[in-house]
Amino acid sequence: MEVSVQETADCLVVTVLEPRIDAASAIQFKETMRPLAGKGSGPVVLDLSRVGFLDSSGLGAVVAVMKLIGPNRKLELAGLTPNVDKVFRLTRMDSVFTIHTGIPHGQRNAG
Amino acid sequence: MQGDSGFCEGLCIELSSDAAAIRCALEQVMASKPVLQLPQDLSARLQLVLAEVLNNVVEHAYVLNAGRIRVSVTVLPSGIECCVCDSGCPMPDGRPPAGALPDWSEGEPPEGGFGWFLIRQLTSGLHYRRQGMCNELRFRIDLN
Repeated sequence: MEVSVQETADCLVVTVLEPRIDAASAIQFKETMRPLAGKGSGPVVLDLSRVGFLDSSGLGAVVAVMKLIGPNRKLELAGLTPNVDKVFRLTRMDSVFTIHTGIPHGQRNAG
Repeated sequence: MQGDSGFCEGLCIELSSDAAAIRCALEQVMASKPVLQLPQDLSARLQLVLAEVLNNVVEHAYVLNAGRIRVSVTVLPSGIECCVCDSGCPMPDGRPPAGALPDWSEGEPPEGGFGWFLIRQLTSGLHYRRQGMCNELRFRIDLN
């Protein structure tokens, strides 16, 4: 799965560059995120602003990534599109993650 | 799969039981003329419910043997009527799961178990029957 990674002073921003995290891509998503767990410091901010569709397999994969990054490092979410936001809210998983409305760090300075 | 003469009133798609075929079928449904004309919120619910239902067919009904899945989507003034048929294993206990929200008050949040919860939340009139060697699941997604 294609992602772009930006290391800032206080977090690691990972932008998912594909439109779907679903049953067909959930495993690839986890495998892409695994090596990033050891990179940079501070929270990992997962930028989902380009993801228009996420099903329960995708949701499970995001939770799995949270577990493989933690417990000492946080996975935060940013830029949820309406369809993706709805899945997090319906399943009450919005209470598990810090969800930023914009991309909180670094992106503004990107070359 | 058994023939069913009244089956296809709206959009009909037949697909094989794998995740890539599901993605392809969903894209086909979302790009179809009747669905393109629906309010965004309604078509988004349709896509999510169909994804969950089809993923369940692949992961459970066809867990031992691959097979075909038929989907019909009919747009009505009050919402959308869907029917999904497969010739895989029957639902456990002959009925669809209740779809309770997984409880993680003690411990870590789960990585699964949300599929039926989402289906139950977003549909009405859900009806399952085993017909011969086939599963038939019908449900509606209401406009409001």
